[in-house]
Amino acid sequence: MTQTTLPPTEKTAPVSAPGRGISDRSRAERKLGWMLAGPAFFVMLLVTAYPIVQAVYYSLFNYRLTDPENRSFRGLGNYAVILSDPVWWTSLWVTVLITVVTVAVELVLGFALAMVMAKALSSIRPIVRAAILIPYAVITVVSAFAWKFAFDVDTGFVNSWLAWLPGIGADTDWFGDRGTSLLVICITEIWKTTPFISLLLLAGLAQVPEVLQEAAKVDGATWWQRMRRVTIPNMKAAIMVAVLFRTLDAFRIFDSIFIMTAGANGTESVSFLAYRQTISRVEIGLGSAVSVLLFLAVVLIAFIFIKGFKVDLAQARGER
Amino acid sequence: MLSSGLAACGGDSGGVPTLTWYINPDSGGQAEIAARCTEAAEGRYTLVTAVLPRDSPSQREQLVRRLAAEDSSIDLMSLDPPYIPEFAQAGFLAPVPQEVGDRVTEGVVQSAIDGSTWDDELVAIPFWANTQLLWYRKSVVEQAGLDMSQPVTWEQLLQVAEQTGTTVSAQGTRSESLTVWLNALIESAGGSIIAENSTDPDQIQLGLTSDAGIRAAEVMRQVADSGVTGPAFSTANEDSNATQFEGPEAGFMVNWPFVWGRALSAVEGGTLDASVPDDIGWALYPQVDAGEPSAPPYGGINIGVGAYSQHPDLAYEATECITSDENQAYYMVSNGNPAASTAVYDDPEVVEVFPMAPVIAESLEQAAPRPQTPYYSEVSGGVQREYHAPSTVDPESTPQRAEDLISAVLRGDQLL
Repeated sequence: MTQTTLPPTEKTAPVSAPGRGISDRSRAERKLGWMLAGPAFFVMLLVTAYPIVQAVYYSLFNYRLTDPENRSFRGLGNYAVILSDPVWWTSLWVTVLITVVTVAVELVLGFALAMVMAKALSSIRPIVRAAILIPYAVITVVSAFAWKFAFDVDTGFVNSWLAWLPGIGADTDWFGDRGTSLLVICITEIWKTTPFISLLLLAGLAQVPEVLQEAAKVDGATWWQRMRRVTIPNMKAAIMVAVLFRTLDAFRIFDSIFIMTAGANGTESVSFLAYRQTISRVEIGLGSAVSVLLFLAVVLIAFIFIKGFKVDLAQARGER
Repeated sequence: MLSSGLAACGGDSGGVPTLTWYINPDSGGQAEIAARCTEAAEGRYTLVTAVLPRDSPSQREQLVRRLAAEDSSIDLMSLDPPYIPEFAQAGFLAPVPQEVGDRVTEGVVQSAIDGSTWDDELVAIPFWANTQLLWYRKSVVEQAGLDMSQPVTWEQLLQVAEQTGTTVSAQGTRSESLTVWLNALIESAGGSIIAENSTDPDQIQLGLTSDAGIRAAEVMRQVADSGVTGPAFSTANEDSNATQFEGPEAGFMVNWPFVWGRALSAVEGGTLDASVPDDIGWALYPQVDAGEPSAPPYGGINIGVGAYSQHPDLAYEATECITSDENQAYYMVSNGNPAASTAVYDDPEVVEVFPMAPVIAESLEQAAPRPQTPYYSEVSGGVQREYHAPSTVDPESTPQRAEDLISAVLRGDQLL
């Protein structure tokens, strides 16, 4: 993501530039670049960097909003408390579990939907696309309520629909224990965000050159061989970007848990933990430390994807 | 004289100061009272309402955030009693003028005065006082031959429910309601969640492992294991309990008096058979040990005046209007929220709409508030974490674990 805000690097400067190694023209271009990107860069700094720095600062204090006079410096004490607490590790585990399960399922479903959208007859293509996109247009809180009501013992219809399955009856309480709660939360997330992933994959599918497909066909490749050897390798960048964006999003899951279980039965995510320390307990210091750890986890994920899997964001947008 | 001086700096339209009253959502009663008080003030102030979120922890969250930022728009606020010590300790409440304090506590039930007091000082104005009753189906107790004119115990309720194939509804969900239930059980058994109070979080002594605390855990587990609580006990709240109690298998329920108005309006709306309310009876909250009077939950709303309000004197004037006997009676009849003033329970109109008014008044005299501490959310949050789900409560270990957790959280050594 960093590539988007960086000015053109040395590579673009002409090698034969006289004097200080940079031509007047490229200096002017660089200046124009800063003038164009500068305001946005400044606003970004104001609205993202400032709160981040403030959170890091507060995380070093013992600071309760209702007791500001007893604010005291604690150094890394808050981090020690959090990292030695099983509550943190439980919520981290829940977050990772939800992230892995939802992203994996969404990738498969999203790919299938992207294929459907790509292959749909041009007459019905707009309808198919709109239909697939509807869940993504629904506000997360609203979709969480809808799914909660569907699975609820009192108001739900799922129990009567699934009554033929062993172990499910009219009084199955989906939100009564951990496994089933997490299952419903994952289903909600998958339903809600698969369209996003399929849209990114659709853009990737469009980039696979038709000539390669035809050449493979002529060589007698089966559908599965073409998929594995032609389509997917050519879509790698799009797939990785889709997975990266969804992973970052899924890791910060909050709304569905807030609505469905409010963190009961061991379904608390890291975001929810940060929310409860900061907003409910008004322990600004401790809560900020949780937020900083969440931020570091997200940075780490992005770093692993970009460096480890060599995701090229510029290529995925068709810039190179 | 006062109004002209304030109007000069208030900058309100027409020179009349506008007081904003942050209210918990209700059925429109507080808005109506605000309109009545505006009229009665004859131009000294205009009282308008602003609605807070639905549940009381969220109401607290919003008010704390605003008051920490010294929000001067908060003139009056409807406060849930357990959070009053925290607000008072943080300096969020304007001091109650002596003569106002004397007037508003006259003829008010003791539990409501206790709930408005912190550090031996009145810090809020009692408005309405809630308490839970034991609701039962007359047909069920008749069938089982249970004498409801005498106090009953939890054990008896479970037995009768099992005999008759009916349910006992209580709040097993992981929320404030669970703390309310546990507190009532401990207080009924003669103990308290906080044994020794302090403004220093390190000095607070908990009473969960006392004999009463262990007894309370036993009863909670017994109810959860009884098999008569109906499905989804671990997510059952006041609303789902009320729904269950209107259903065909209903036997008993502990709940606030709103359930009565709810059943009547369901009949009016045609969603409930008219015979159901006729079958509903009420009694004092069940006992933990036979012969020991129960300590029913105390709730309700008290009015606080914001410390950063520009018109604290007018705001206190408004609280006296809001909490007048007339307005309390109106609020009880129209919204089903029981008055804090004892005189209201003699009002013929109130007795007509609330045939159980005498039982409510009696229950309020016996009721015990939840732990009074500025760290209430930590105490309640710790209780909810360890005592949920009720079916997993182990009287041997849960109270100790909860005490360890809450103490560590109060010392800042553990997350919650």
